[in-house]
Amino acid sequence: MRAMVYRGPYKIRVEEKDIPRIEHPNDAIVRVTLAAICGSDLHLYHGLMPDTRVGMSFGHEFIGVVDQVGASVQNVQPGDRVMVPFNIFCGSCWYCARGLYSNCHNVNPNATAVGGIYGYSHTCGGYDGGQAEYVRVPFADVGPALIPDWMSEEDAVLLTDAAPTGYFGAQLGDIAQGDTVVVFGAGPVGLVAAQSSWLMGAGRVIVIDHLEYRLEKARTFANAETYNFTEYDDIVVALKRQTDFLGADVAIDAVGAEADGNLLQHVTSAKLKLQGGSPVALNWAIDSVRKGATISVIGAYGPIFSAVKFGDAMNKGLTLRMNQCPVKRQWPRLFEHVHNGYLKPSELVTHRVPLEHIAEGYHVFSAKLDGCIKPLVVPTAA
Amino acid sequence: MTASSRDLPTAYVPSGAAPARDADQLRARIPGWGVDLDPADRPSVPKLQFHEDLSGAHWEFPERQPERWPRERSIEHAFLTPVFGTACPPHGLSGVIRKFSYRRYSEGRAAHWLLLLLADRVDAWESHLRSFATLHPDNPITETGVLSEFSHHGLSSRLGRRRSDLVHQPLDPVIVAGPWVAAGGAAFVGIRTLMRMLRR
Ligand SMILES: NC(=O)c1ccc[n+]([C@@H]2O[C@H](COP(=O)([O-])OP(=O)(O)OC[C@H]3O[C@@H](n4cnc5c(N)ncnc54)[C@H](O)[C@@H]3O)[C@@H](O)[C@H]2O)c1
Ligand SMILES: [Zn+2]
Ligand SMILES: [Zn+2]
Repeated sequence: MRAMVYRGPYKIRVEEKDIPRIEHPNDAIVRVTLAAICGSDLHLYHGLMPDTRVGMSFGHEFIGVVDQVGASVQNVQPGDRVMVPFNIFCGSCWYCARGLYSNCHNVNPNATAVGGIYGYSHTCGGYDGGQAEYVRVPFADVGPALIPDWMSEEDAVLLTDAAPTGYFGAQLGDIAQGDTVVVFGAGPVGLVAAQSSWLMGAGRVIVIDHLEYRLEKARTFANAETYNFTEYDDIVVALKRQTDFLGADVAIDAVGAEADGNLLQHVTSAKLKLQGGSPVALNWAIDSVRKGATISVIGAYGPIFSAVKFGDAMNKGLTLRMNQCPVKRQWPRLFEHVHNGYLKPSELVTHRVPLEHIAEGYHVFSAKLDGCIKPLVVPTAA
Repeated sequence: MTASSRDLPTAYVPSGAAPARDADQLRARIPGWGVDLDPADRPSVPKLQFHEDLSGAHWEFPERQPERWPRERSIEHAFLTPVFGTACPPHGLSGVIRKFSYRRYSEGRAAHWLLLLLADRVDAWESHLRSFATLHPDNPITETGVLSEFSHHGLSSRLGRRRSDLVHQPLDPVIVAGPWVAAGGAAFVGIRTLMRMLRR
Protein backbone atom coordinates (compact mmCIF):
# COMPACT_ATOMS: atom_id res chain seq x y z
CA MET A 1 0.00 0.00 0.00
CA ARG A 2 0.98 3.65 -0.29
CA ALA A 3 1.62 5.51 2.95
CA MET A 4 3.00 8.82 4.14
CA VAL A 5 6.30 8.29 5.92
CA TYR A 6 8.31 10.63 8.20
CA ARG A 7 11.96 11.11 7.14
CA GLY A 8 13.14 13.59 9.81
CA PRO A 9 12.16 17.18 10.70
CA TYR A 10 10.31 18.93 7.84
CA LYS A 11 10.73 15.90 5.58
CA ILE A 12 8.15 13.33 4.54
CA ARG A 13 7.59 11.15 1.52
CA VAL A 14 5.18 8.54 0.24
CA GLU A 15 6.41 4.96 0.28
CA GLU A 16 5.25 1.45 -0.49
CA LYS A 17 4.55 -0.33 2.84
CA ASP A 18 3.03 -3.67 3.86
CA ILE A 19 -0.71 -3.55 4.56
CA PRO A 20 -0.98 -3.61 8.38
CA ARG A 21 -1.87 -6.97 9.91
CA ILE A 22 -4.24 -7.98 12.67
CA GLU A 23 -2.07 -7.98 15.81
CA HIS A 24 -4.80 -8.56 18.39
CA PRO A 25 -8.19 -10.35 18.24
CA ASN A 26 -10.10 -7.08 18.63
CA ASP A 27 -8.25 -5.28 15.82
CA ALA A 28 -9.76 -4.19 12.53
CA ILE A 29 -7.94 -3.16 9.38
CA VAL A 30 -9.60 -0.12 7.83
CA ARG A 31 -9.16 1.04 4.21
CA VAL A 32 -8.89 4.82 4.49
CA THR A 33 -11.19 6.84 2.22
CA LEU A 34 -10.41 10.31 3.57
CA ALA A 35 -7.89 11.68 6.06
CA ALA A 36 -6.82 15.11 7.31
CA ILE A 37 -3.72 16.91 8.52
CA CYS A 38 -4.10 18.34 12.04
CA GLY A 39 -2.26 21.19 13.75
CA SER A 40 -0.93 18.49 16.06
CA ASP A 41 0.76 16.77 13.12
CA LEU A 42 2.83 19.92 12.68
CA HIS A 43 4.44 19.36 16.09
CA LEU A 44 5.63 15.95 14.83
CA TYR A 45 6.58 17.32 11.43
CA HIS A 46 8.75 19.98 13.06
CA GLY A 47 10.52 17.34 15.17
CA LEU A 48 9.12 18.63 18.46
CA MET A 49 7.65 15.45 19.87
CA PRO A 50 10.15 13.08 21.51
CA ASP A 51 10.40 9.57 20.01
CA THR A 52 9.07 10.38 16.56
CA ARG A 53 10.73 7.67 14.47
CA VAL A 54 11.79 7.78 10.86
CA GLY A 55 9.47 5.47 8.93
CA MET A 56 6.35 6.23 10.96
CA SER A 57 3.13 7.12 9.13
CA PHE A 58 1.23 10.04 10.70
CA GLY A 59 -2.49 10.73 10.63
CA HIS A 60 -5.04 10.58 13.45
CA GLU A 61 -8.02 12.02 11.59
CA PHE A 62 -9.46 9.53 9.12
CA ILE A 63 -12.57 7.70 7.99
CA GLY A 64 -12.78 4.55 5.91
CA VAL A 65 -14.24 1.14 5.19
CA VAL A 66 -13.63 -1.90 7.39
CA ASP A 67 -11.53 -4.36 5.39
CA GLN A 68 -10.74 -7.16 7.88
CA VAL A 69 -11.65 -7.87 11.50
CA GLY A 70 -10.00 -9.92 14.23
CA ALA A 71 -11.59 -13.01 15.80
CA SER A 72 -13.26 -11.26 18.75
CA VAL A 73 -14.76 -8.28 16.89
CA GLN A 74 -18.57 -8.11 17.18
CA ASN A 75 -19.66 -4.54 16.55
CA VAL A 76 -18.31 -3.86 13.05
CA GLN A 77 -17.85 -6.02 9.97
CA PRO A 78 -16.05 -5.80 6.63
CA GLY A 79 -17.74 -3.27 4.37
CA ASP A 80 -18.92 -0.97 7.17
CA ARG A 81 -18.20 2.75 6.64
CA VAL A 82 -16.63 3.93 9.85
CA MET A 83 -15.29 7.07 11.49
CA VAL A 84 -12.50 6.48 13.98
CA PRO A 85 -11.77 8.74 17.00
CA PHE A 86 -8.17 9.92 17.14
CA ASN A 87 -7.84 8.26 20.57
CA ILE A 88 -6.97 4.57 20.78
CA PHE A 89 -8.73 3.25 23.90
CA CYS A 90 -9.73 -0.05 25.48
CA GLY A 91 -13.05 0.77 27.15
CA SER A 92 -12.25 -1.26 30.25
CA CYS A 93 -9.33 0.27 32.18
CA TRP A 94 -9.91 2.44 35.25
CA TYR A 95 -9.85 5.57 33.09
CA CYS A 96 -11.98 4.35 30.18
CA ALA A 97 -14.57 2.94 32.60
CA ARG A 98 -14.99 6.52 33.84
CA GLY A 99 -15.13 8.07 30.38
CA LEU A 100 -11.56 9.37 30.20
CA TYR A 101 -10.97 7.73 26.81
CA SER A 102 -8.09 10.02 25.95
CA ASN A 103 -6.30 8.83 29.09
CA CYS A 104 -6.56 5.06 28.50
CA HIS A 105 -3.97 3.06 30.46
CA ASN A 106 -3.97 -0.12 28.35
CA VAL A 107 -2.78 1.09 24.96
CA ASN A 108 0.42 3.07 25.40
CA PRO A 109 3.41 1.23 26.87
CA ASN A 110 5.76 4.13 26.12
CA ALA A 111 4.19 6.65 28.47
CA THR A 112 1.67 6.74 31.29
CA ALA A 113 1.06 10.49 31.00
CA VAL A 114 -0.68 10.25 27.63
CA GLY A 115 -3.07 7.74 26.05
CA GLY A 116 -2.84 6.15 22.62
CA ILE A 117 -3.10 8.22 19.44
CA TYR A 118 -2.90 7.02 15.83
CA GLY A 119 0.26 8.06 14.02
CA TYR A 120 1.45 10.25 16.83
CA SER A 121 4.98 9.11 17.72
CA HIS A 122 6.02 6.37 20.10
CA THR A 123 5.36 8.71 23.01
CA CYS A 124 1.68 8.13 22.14
CA GLY A 125 2.02 4.36 21.68
CA GLY A 126 3.91 3.77 18.44
CA TYR A 127 0.90 3.20 16.17
CA ASP A 128 1.02 3.97 12.47
CA GLY A 129 -1.61 6.48 11.38
CA GLY A 130 -4.23 7.02 8.71
CA GLN A 131 -2.44 9.17 6.13
CA ALA A 132 -2.12 5.90 4.24
CA GLU A 133 -4.28 3.51 2.28
CA TYR A 134 -4.81 1.14 5.22
CA VAL A 135 -4.55 1.45 8.98
CA ARG A 136 -4.73 -0.92 11.95
CA VAL A 137 -7.57 0.05 14.31
CA PRO A 138 -7.22 -1.57 17.77
CA PHE A 139 -10.33 -2.19 19.90
CA ALA A 140 -12.65 -2.12 16.93
CA ASP A 141 -15.60 -2.88 19.26
CA VAL A 142 -14.93 0.26 21.28
CA GLY A 143 -13.60 3.14 19.15
CA PRO A 144 -15.13 3.33 15.66
CA ALA A 145 -18.72 4.29 14.87
CA LEU A 146 -20.74 3.78 11.70
CA ILE A 147 -21.00 6.99 9.67
CA PRO A 148 -24.66 8.08 9.68
CA ASP A 149 -26.19 8.23 6.19
CA TRP A 150 -26.99 11.92 6.44
CA MET A 151 -23.44 12.94 7.35
CA SER A 152 -21.04 14.26 4.71
CA GLU A 153 -17.60 12.68 4.55
CA GLU A 154 -15.96 16.05 5.31
CA ASP A 155 -18.03 16.46 8.47
CA ALA A 156 -17.28 12.86 9.43
CA VAL A 157 -13.52 13.27 9.11
CA LEU A 158 -13.55 16.55 11.02
CA LEU A 159 -15.59 14.88 13.76
CA THR A 160 -12.70 12.48 14.46
CA ASP A 161 -10.68 15.30 16.09
CA ALA A 162 -10.84 19.00 15.19
CA ALA A 163 -14.57 19.54 15.77
CA PRO A 164 -14.99 17.60 19.04
CA THR A 165 -11.73 19.09 20.34
CA GLY A 166 -12.92 22.63 19.65
CA TYR A 167 -16.26 21.97 21.32
CA PHE A 168 -14.47 20.26 24.22
CA GLY A 169 -12.29 23.36 24.61
CA ALA A 170 -15.36 25.54 25.06
CA GLN A 171 -16.83 22.98 27.41
CA LEU A 172 -13.73 22.95 29.63
CA GLY A 173 -14.19 26.72 29.98
CA ASP A 174 -17.37 26.15 32.04
CA ILE A 175 -19.08 28.97 30.16
CA ALA A 176 -22.08 30.59 31.87
CA GLN A 177 -24.72 32.76 30.21
CA GLY A 178 -23.36 36.12 29.08
CA ASP A 179 -19.70 35.24 29.61
CA THR A 180 -16.98 36.89 27.58
CA VAL A 181 -14.85 34.16 26.00
CA VAL A 182 -11.42 34.78 24.42
CA VAL A 183 -10.12 32.12 22.06
CA PHE A 184 -6.40 32.18 21.25
CA GLY A 185 -5.73 30.60 17.85
CA ALA A 186 -7.96 30.70 14.76
CA GLY A 187 -6.99 27.27 13.45
CA PRO A 188 -9.67 24.61 12.92
CA VAL A 189 -9.71 23.82 16.64
CA GLY A 190 -9.99 27.44 17.79
CA LEU A 191 -12.64 28.25 15.18
CA VAL A 192 -14.86 25.40 16.37
CA ALA A 193 -14.21 26.43 19.99
CA ALA A 194 -15.45 29.93 19.15
CA GLN A 195 -18.56 28.59 17.39
CA SER A 196 -19.26 26.22 20.29
CA SER A 197 -18.92 28.98 22.91
CA TRP A 198 -22.14 30.52 21.58
CA LEU A 199 -23.97 27.21 21.97
CA MET A 200 -23.07 27.31 25.65
CA GLY A 201 -24.50 30.80 26.04
CA ALA A 202 -21.50 33.12 25.69
CA GLY A 203 -22.38 36.82 25.50
CA ARG A 204 -19.25 37.79 23.64
CA VAL A 205 -16.70 35.72 21.71
CA ILE A 206 -13.29 37.17 20.84
CA VAL A 207 -10.68 35.40 18.66
CA ILE A 208 -6.96 36.27 18.62
CA ASP A 209 -4.46 35.30 15.88
CA HIS A 210 -1.95 36.96 13.59
CA LEU A 211 -3.13 35.48 10.29
CA GLU A 212 -5.62 37.90 8.79
CA TYR A 213 -7.28 35.28 6.56
CA ARG A 214 -8.03 33.11 9.56
CA LEU A 215 -9.41 36.04 11.55
CA GLU A 216 -11.67 36.75 8.59
CA LYS A 217 -12.92 33.16 8.91
CA ALA A 218 -13.47 33.70 12.64
CA ARG A 219 -15.74 36.63 11.82
CA THR A 220 -17.80 34.86 9.14
CA PHE A 221 -17.79 31.26 10.37
CA ALA A 222 -17.90 31.87 14.13
CA ASN A 223 -19.49 35.36 14.37
CA ALA A 224 -16.57 36.42 16.53
CA GLU A 225 -14.90 39.74 17.27
CA THR A 226 -11.28 39.48 16.21
CA TYR A 227 -7.96 41.05 17.16
CA ASN A 228 -4.69 40.63 15.27
CA PHE A 229 -2.07 40.56 18.00
CA THR A 230 0.61 42.04 15.73
CA GLU A 231 -1.42 45.26 15.59
CA TYR A 232 -1.07 45.82 19.33
CA ASP A 233 2.01 46.68 21.28
CA ASP A 234 0.67 44.48 24.08
CA ILE A 235 -2.34 42.25 23.47
CA VAL A 236 -2.87 41.72 27.20
CA VAL A 237 -3.47 45.43 27.74
CA ALA A 238 -5.65 45.59 24.63
CA LEU A 239 -7.85 42.82 26.01
CA LYS A 240 -8.10 44.57 29.38
CA ARG A 241 -9.25 47.74 27.64
CA GLN A 242 -11.76 45.76 25.59
CA THR A 243 -13.32 44.29 28.73
CA ASP A 244 -13.59 47.46 30.80
CA PHE A 245 -10.41 46.51 32.69
CA LEU A 246 -12.00 43.38 34.09
CA GLY A 247 -10.66 40.75 31.71
CA ALA A 248 -12.53 37.90 30.03
CA ASP A 249 -14.44 35.32 32.07
CA VAL A 250 -13.05 32.41 30.06
CA ALA A 251 -9.99 31.95 27.86
CA ILE A 252 -9.25 29.02 25.57
CA ASP A 253 -5.71 28.17 24.42
CA ALA A 254 -6.16 26.61 20.98
CA VAL A 255 -2.58 27.35 19.91
CA GLY A 256 -0.28 25.05 21.85
CA ALA A 257 3.42 24.34 21.63
CA GLU A 258 4.41 26.46 18.64
CA ALA A 259 2.85 29.76 19.60
CA ASP A 260 4.22 32.89 17.99
CA GLY A 261 4.33 36.39 19.38
CA ASN A 262 7.46 36.04 21.51
CA LEU A 263 10.57 35.16 19.56
CA LEU A 264 12.54 33.89 22.56
CA GLN A 265 9.75 31.55 23.66
CA HIS A 266 9.16 30.34 20.10
CA VAL A 267 12.80 29.71 19.27
CA THR A 268 13.68 28.01 22.57
CA SER A 269 10.80 25.60 22.13
CA ALA A 270 9.87 25.10 18.48
CA LYS A 271 13.40 25.42 17.12
CA LEU A 272 15.86 24.51 19.90
CA LYS A 273 13.56 22.06 21.72
CA LEU A 274 14.65 23.32 25.14
CA GLN A 275 11.06 23.63 26.34
CA GLY A 276 8.05 21.35 25.90
CA GLY A 277 6.30 24.19 24.12
CA SER A 278 6.18 27.94 23.72
CA PRO A 279 3.44 29.01 26.15
CA VAL A 280 2.95 32.48 24.65
CA ALA A 281 -0.79 32.10 24.13
CA LEU A 282 -1.23 30.38 27.49
CA ASN A 283 0.63 33.19 29.26
CA TRP A 284 -1.43 35.80 27.44
CA ALA A 285 -4.52 33.92 28.58
CA ILE A 286 -3.33 33.85 32.19
CA ASP A 287 -2.55 37.55 32.23
CA SER A 288 -5.55 38.83 30.28
CA VAL A 289 -8.48 37.05 31.98
CA ARG A 290 -10.22 38.37 35.07
CA LYS A 291 -9.36 37.02 38.50
CA GLY A 292 -11.25 33.83 39.30
CA ALA A 293 -11.60 33.03 35.59
CA THR A 294 -11.32 29.63 33.92
CA ILE A 295 -8.66 28.82 31.34
CA SER A 296 -9.16 25.87 29.04
CA VAL A 297 -6.05 24.41 27.42
CA ILE A 298 -6.55 22.23 24.37
CA GLY A 299 -3.42 23.39 22.56
CA ALA A 300 -0.89 20.57 22.79
CA TYR A 301 2.45 20.81 24.61
CA GLY A 302 5.36 18.38 24.71
CA PRO A 303 6.37 16.39 27.79
CA ILE A 304 9.31 18.64 28.76
CA PHE A 305 8.71 21.64 31.07
CA SER A 306 7.47 24.93 29.59
CA ALA A 307 7.94 28.48 30.95
CA VAL A 308 4.34 29.03 32.11
CA LYS A 309 3.49 32.03 34.33
CA PHE A 310 2.24 29.96 37.19
CA GLY A 311 2.60 32.67 39.83
CA ASP A 312 0.09 34.91 38.09
CA ALA A 313 -2.31 31.98 37.64
CA MET A 314 -2.09 31.23 41.36
CA ASN A 315 -2.40 34.81 42.55
CA LYS A 316 -5.40 35.38 40.29
CA GLY A 317 -7.21 32.32 41.59
CA LEU A 318 -7.60 30.87 38.11
CA THR A 319 -9.03 27.46 37.30
CA LEU A 320 -7.01 25.67 34.63
CA ARG A 321 -8.76 22.80 32.85
CA MET A 322 -7.26 20.71 30.07
CA ASN A 323 -7.05 17.33 28.38
CA GLN A 324 -6.79 15.57 25.08
CA CYS A 325 -10.37 15.36 23.84
CA PRO A 326 -12.25 12.09 24.62
CA VAL A 327 -13.76 12.12 21.13
CA LYS A 328 -16.27 9.31 21.32
CA ARG A 329 -17.81 10.72 24.47
CA GLN A 330 -18.55 13.96 22.61
CA TRP A 331 -20.12 12.33 19.58
CA PRO A 332 -23.83 11.82 20.38
CA ARG A 333 -24.38 15.50 21.21
CA LEU A 334 -22.12 16.76 18.42
CA PHE A 335 -23.87 14.59 15.82
CA GLU A 336 -27.08 16.47 16.81
CA HIS A 337 -25.36 19.85 16.47
CA VAL A 338 -23.99 19.00 13.03
CA HIS A 339 -27.36 17.60 11.97
CA ASN A 340 -29.09 20.80 13.14
CA GLY A 341 -26.53 23.01 11.41
CA TYR A 342 -25.30 24.55 14.67
CA LEU A 343 -21.78 23.30 14.01
CA LYS A 344 -20.46 23.20 10.43
CA PRO A 345 -16.99 21.68 10.54
CA SER A 346 -16.87 20.92 6.81
CA GLU A 347 -16.81 24.68 6.09
CA LEU A 348 -13.25 24.73 7.44
CA VAL A 349 -11.89 22.57 4.62
CA THR A 350 -9.75 24.61 2.24
CA HIS A 351 -7.58 22.00 0.47
CA ARG A 352 -7.88 18.40 -0.77
CA VAL A 353 -4.43 16.92 -1.32
CA PRO A 354 -3.81 13.58 -3.07
CA LEU A 355 -1.76 11.28 -0.81
CA GLU A 356 1.03 11.30 -3.41
CA HIS A 357 1.44 15.08 -2.91
CA ILE A 358 1.23 15.09 0.86
CA ALA A 359 4.69 16.67 1.30
CA GLU A 360 3.34 19.82 -0.40
CA GLY A 361 0.21 19.61 1.76
CA TYR A 362 2.30 19.65 4.93
CA HIS A 363 4.40 22.56 3.72
CA VAL A 364 1.38 24.66 2.73
CA PHE A 365 -0.38 23.99 6.06
CA SER A 366 2.78 24.48 8.12
CA ALA A 367 3.85 27.72 6.43
CA LYS A 368 0.20 28.88 6.31
CA LEU A 369 0.23 29.52 2.55
CA ASP A 370 -2.65 29.91 0.13
CA GLY A 371 -5.30 30.67 2.76
CA CYS A 372 -4.97 27.17 4.17
CA ILE A 373 -7.14 26.32 7.17
CA LYS A 374 -7.85 22.58 6.97
CA PRO A 375 -6.21 20.30 4.40
CA LEU A 376 -7.72 16.87 3.69
CA VAL A 377 -5.72 13.96 2.30
CA VAL A 378 -7.20 11.70 -0.35
CA PRO A 379 -5.60 8.22 -0.50
CA THR A 380 -4.68 6.83 -3.87
CA ALA A 381 -7.18 3.98 -3.91
CA ALA A 382 -10.10 5.96 -2.45
CA MET B 1 -17.06 61.01 49.73
CA THR B 2 -16.68 59.13 46.44
CA ALA B 3 -17.36 60.04 42.87
CA SER B 4 -20.33 58.48 41.09
CA SER B 5 -19.43 54.84 40.63
CA ARG B 6 -21.12 54.79 37.26
CA ASP B 7 -18.08 56.40 35.67
CA LEU B 8 -15.65 53.82 36.98
CA PRO B 9 -14.55 50.71 35.08
CA THR B 10 -16.29 47.45 36.01
CA ALA B 11 -13.46 45.92 37.99
CA TYR B 12 -13.40 48.66 40.61
CA VAL B 13 -17.03 48.66 41.78
CA PRO B 14 -19.36 45.99 43.20
CA SER B 15 -22.26 46.05 40.77
CA GLY B 16 -19.95 45.98 37.85
CA ALA B 17 -21.32 43.00 35.94
CA ALA B 18 -20.97 43.59 32.23
CA PRO B 19 -24.27 44.84 30.77
CA ALA B 20 -26.59 41.85 30.43
CA ARG B 21 -26.74 40.74 26.81
CA ASP B 22 -30.08 40.20 25.28
CA ALA B 23 -30.45 36.45 24.98
CA ASP B 24 -33.25 36.69 22.38
CA GLN B 25 -31.14 38.93 20.21
CA LEU B 26 -28.21 36.52 20.39
CA ARG B 27 -30.50 33.58 19.66
CA ALA B 28 -31.82 35.37 16.56
CA ARG B 29 -28.33 36.23 15.33
CA ILE B 30 -26.50 32.96 16.07
CA PRO B 31 -27.95 29.58 15.07
CA GLY B 32 -28.08 27.36 18.13
CA TRP B 33 -27.17 30.07 20.65
CA GLY B 34 -27.65 28.70 24.15
CA VAL B 35 -28.73 25.15 23.23
CA ASP B 36 -26.06 23.85 25.63
CA LEU B 37 -26.57 26.52 28.28
CA ASP B 38 -27.43 23.83 30.79
CA PRO B 39 -24.21 21.98 31.69
CA ALA B 40 -26.27 18.78 31.90
CA ASP B 41 -26.61 18.91 28.10
CA ARG B 42 -22.85 19.08 27.61
CA PRO B 43 -21.11 15.77 26.98
CA SER B 44 -18.41 14.65 29.42
CA VAL B 45 -20.10 16.42 32.35
CA PRO B 46 -19.35 15.41 35.06
CA LYS B 47 -15.82 14.49 34.11
CA LEU B 48 -15.78 11.12 35.87
CA GLN B 49 -18.82 8.96 35.16
CA PHE B 50 -18.82 5.20 35.50
CA HIS B 51 -19.88 3.59 32.20
CA GLU B 52 -21.50 0.26 33.10
CA ASP B 53 -21.36 -0.97 29.49
CA LEU B 54 -17.59 -0.34 29.29
CA SER B 55 -18.28 1.44 25.98
CA GLY B 56 -18.60 -1.84 24.07
CA ALA B 57 -15.67 -3.68 25.65
CA HIS B 58 -16.61 -7.32 26.38
CA TRP B 59 -13.67 -8.02 28.67
CA GLU B 60 -12.51 -6.94 32.11
CA PHE B 61 -8.94 -6.89 30.88
CA PRO B 62 -8.12 -7.20 27.17
CA GLU B 63 -6.33 -10.22 25.74
CA ARG B 64 -2.61 -9.61 25.40
CA GLN B 65 -1.20 -8.82 21.99
CA PRO B 66 1.83 -11.04 21.18
CA GLU B 67 5.15 -9.28 21.76
CA ARG B 68 7.05 -9.98 18.55
CA TRP B 69 10.21 -8.20 19.70
CA PRO B 70 11.21 -6.81 23.10
CA ARG B 71 8.97 -3.78 23.34
CA GLU B 72 10.39 -0.75 25.17
CA ARG B 73 8.10 0.68 27.85
CA SER B 74 7.88 3.36 30.51
CA ILE B 75 9.11 2.17 33.90
CA GLU B 76 6.06 3.88 35.37
CA HIS B 77 3.92 1.05 33.93
CA ALA B 78 3.40 -2.12 35.96
CA PHE B 79 3.85 -4.23 32.82
CA LEU B 80 3.76 -4.06 29.05
CA THR B 81 0.27 -2.80 28.15
CA PRO B 82 -1.95 -5.49 26.58
CA VAL B 83 -2.12 -3.56 23.29
CA PHE B 84 0.63 -1.45 21.72
CA GLY B 85 1.84 -0.04 18.43
CA THR B 86 4.20 -2.06 16.26
CA ALA B 87 5.57 0.69 13.99
CA CYS B 88 9.34 1.15 13.59
CA PRO B 89 11.08 -1.17 16.09
CA PRO B 90 14.25 0.40 17.52
CA HIS B 91 17.42 -0.19 15.48
CA GLY B 92 20.90 1.23 15.04
CA LEU B 93 22.49 3.76 17.37
CA SER B 94 19.18 5.62 17.78
CA GLY B 95 17.63 2.34 18.95
CA VAL B 96 20.34 1.89 21.58
CA ILE B 97 19.75 5.42 22.91
CA ARG B 98 15.97 4.92 22.95
CA LYS B 99 16.12 1.60 24.75
CA PHE B 100 18.53 3.05 27.33
CA SER B 101 16.29 6.05 27.92
CA TYR B 102 13.21 3.86 28.52
CA ARG B 103 15.09 1.43 30.76
CA ARG B 104 16.81 4.04 32.86
CA TYR B 105 14.59 7.11 33.25
CA SER B 106 10.95 7.66 34.19
CA GLU B 107 8.74 10.16 32.36
CA GLY B 108 9.36 12.50 35.28
CA ARG B 109 13.00 12.99 34.29
CA ALA B 110 14.08 15.55 31.70
CA ALA B 111 16.94 13.23 30.72
CA HIS B 112 14.38 10.71 29.43
CA TRP B 113 12.90 13.16 26.96
CA LEU B 114 16.16 14.84 25.97
CA LEU B 115 17.70 11.46 25.16
CA LEU B 116 14.64 10.56 23.09
CA LEU B 117 14.95 13.85 21.18
CA LEU B 118 18.64 13.15 20.63
CA ALA B 119 17.77 9.68 19.36
CA ASP B 120 15.29 11.27 16.93
CA ARG B 121 18.04 13.41 15.40
CA VAL B 122 20.43 10.44 15.25
CA ASP B 123 17.67 8.35 13.66
CA ALA B 124 17.15 10.99 10.96
CA TRP B 125 20.85 11.08 10.08
CA GLU B 126 21.21 7.30 10.19
CA SER B 127 18.24 7.05 7.86
CA HIS B 128 19.50 9.73 5.49
CA LEU B 129 22.86 7.98 5.22
CA ARG B 130 21.25 4.58 4.75
CA SER B 131 18.96 5.97 2.03
CA PHE B 132 21.97 6.96 -0.07
CA ALA B 133 22.77 3.26 -0.43
CA THR B 134 19.31 2.59 -1.90
CA LEU B 135 17.51 3.33 -5.15
CA HIS B 136 15.37 5.82 -3.22
CA PRO B 137 17.77 8.34 -1.60
CA ASP B 138 16.32 11.16 0.48
CA ASN B 139 15.54 14.20 -1.63
CA PRO B 140 15.22 17.39 0.44
CA ILE B 141 13.45 19.22 -2.39
CA THR B 142 10.55 16.80 -2.79
CA GLU B 143 10.43 15.73 0.85
CA THR B 144 10.11 19.24 2.25
CA GLY B 145 7.34 20.08 -0.23
CA VAL B 146 9.11 23.38 -0.77
CA LEU B 147 8.07 23.52 -4.43
CA SER B 148 4.57 24.36 -3.22
CA GLU B 149 6.01 27.82 -2.52
CA PHE B 150 5.60 28.37 -6.29
CA SER B 151 2.27 26.63 -6.82
CA HIS B 152 0.61 27.94 -3.64
CA HIS B 153 1.44 31.66 -3.50
CA GLY B 154 4.46 31.51 -1.22
CA LEU B 155 5.26 35.19 -1.75
CA SER B 156 1.82 36.74 -1.70
CA SER B 157 0.87 34.65 1.34
CA ARG B 158 3.60 36.45 3.23
CA LEU B 159 4.37 39.84 1.66
CA GLY B 160 2.64 42.86 3.10
CA ARG B 161 1.03 40.84 5.86
CA ARG B 162 1.75 41.30 9.50
CA ARG B 163 2.62 37.70 10.24
CA SER B 164 4.58 37.22 13.39
CA ASP B 165 6.07 33.92 12.18
CA LEU B 166 8.00 35.56 9.34
CA VAL B 167 10.88 36.44 11.68
CA HIS B 168 11.72 32.82 12.40
CA GLN B 169 10.68 31.09 9.17
CA PRO B 170 14.20 31.66 7.74
CA LEU B 171 15.40 29.34 10.50
CA ASP B 172 13.53 26.40 9.03
CA PRO B 173 16.03 25.71 6.22
CA VAL B 174 18.80 25.84 8.80
CA ILE B 175 17.06 23.17 10.79
CA VAL B 176 16.48 21.02 7.78
CA ALA B 177 20.10 21.31 6.75
CA GLY B 178 21.85 21.40 10.07
CA PRO B 179 22.80 18.61 12.44
CA TRP B 180 23.73 21.22 15.03
CA VAL B 181 20.58 20.70 17.05
CA ALA B 182 21.59 17.09 17.62
CA ALA B 183 25.09 18.15 18.54
CA GLY B 184 23.72 20.74 20.99
CA GLY B 185 21.37 18.22 22.57
CA ALA B 186 24.16 15.67 22.87
CA ALA B 187 26.46 18.22 24.47
CA PHE B 188 23.71 19.27 26.91
CA VAL B 189 22.92 15.73 28.02
CA GLY B 190 26.62 14.81 28.05
CA ILE B 191 27.65 17.74 30.21
CA ARG B 192 24.74 17.13 32.57
CA THR B 193 25.56 13.46 32.97
CA LEU B 194 29.21 14.34 33.50
CA MET B 195 28.31 16.90 36.16
CA ARG B 196 26.07 14.37 37.89
CA MET B 197 28.88 11.84 37.90
CA LEU B 198 31.36 14.39 39.24
CA ARG B 199 28.93 15.38 42.01
CA ARG B 200 28.49 11.78 43.19
N1 LIG C 1 -6.46 18.54 23.06
C1 LIG C 1 -6.67 17.84 21.94
O1 LIG C 1 -7.30 16.80 21.99
C2 LIG C 1 -6.18 18.38 20.63
C3 LIG C 1 -6.72 17.88 19.45
C4 LIG C 1 -6.37 18.48 18.24
C5 LIG C 1 -5.47 19.52 18.21
N2 LIG C 1 -4.91 19.95 19.39
C6 LIG C 1 -3.96 21.08 19.42
O2 LIG C 1 -4.68 22.27 19.21
C7 LIG C 1 -3.80 23.25 18.64
C8 LIG C 1 -4.46 23.90 17.43
O3 LIG C 1 -4.69 22.94 16.42
P1 LIG C 1 -5.10 23.44 14.94
O4 LIG C 1 -5.34 22.23 14.11
O5 LIG C 1 -6.18 24.45 15.03
O6 LIG C 1 -3.70 24.11 14.50
P2 LIG C 1 -3.28 25.33 13.55
O7 LIG C 1 -1.81 25.31 13.46
O8 LIG C 1 -4.06 25.30 12.28
O9 LIG C 1 -3.75 26.63 14.37
C9 LIG C 1 -2.98 27.30 15.33
C10 LIG C 1 -3.27 28.80 15.18
O10 LIG C 1 -2.69 29.52 16.27
C11 LIG C 1 -2.21 30.77 15.76
N3 LIG C 1 -1.27 31.34 16.72
C12 LIG C 1 0.07 31.17 16.82
N4 LIG C 1 0.55 31.86 17.88
C13 LIG C 1 -0.50 32.48 18.46
C14 LIG C 1 -0.65 33.32 19.59
N5 LIG C 1 0.40 33.63 20.38
N6 LIG C 1 -1.89 33.78 19.90
C15 LIG C 1 -2.97 33.45 19.15
N7 LIG C 1 -2.89 32.63 18.06
C16 LIG C 1 -1.67 32.16 17.73
C17 LIG C 1 -1.62 30.37 14.43
O11 LIG C 1 -1.46 31.48 13.60
C18 LIG C 1 -2.68 29.40 13.91
O12 LIG C 1 -3.70 30.06 13.20
C19 LIG C 1 -2.51 22.50 18.33
O13 LIG C 1 -1.57 22.71 19.38
C20 LIG C 1 -2.93 21.07 18.34
O14 LIG C 1 -1.86 20.19 18.68
C21 LIG C 1 -5.26 19.40 20.58
ZN1 LIG D 1 -5.26 16.31 16.07
ZN1 LIG E 1 -8.65 2.14 28.60
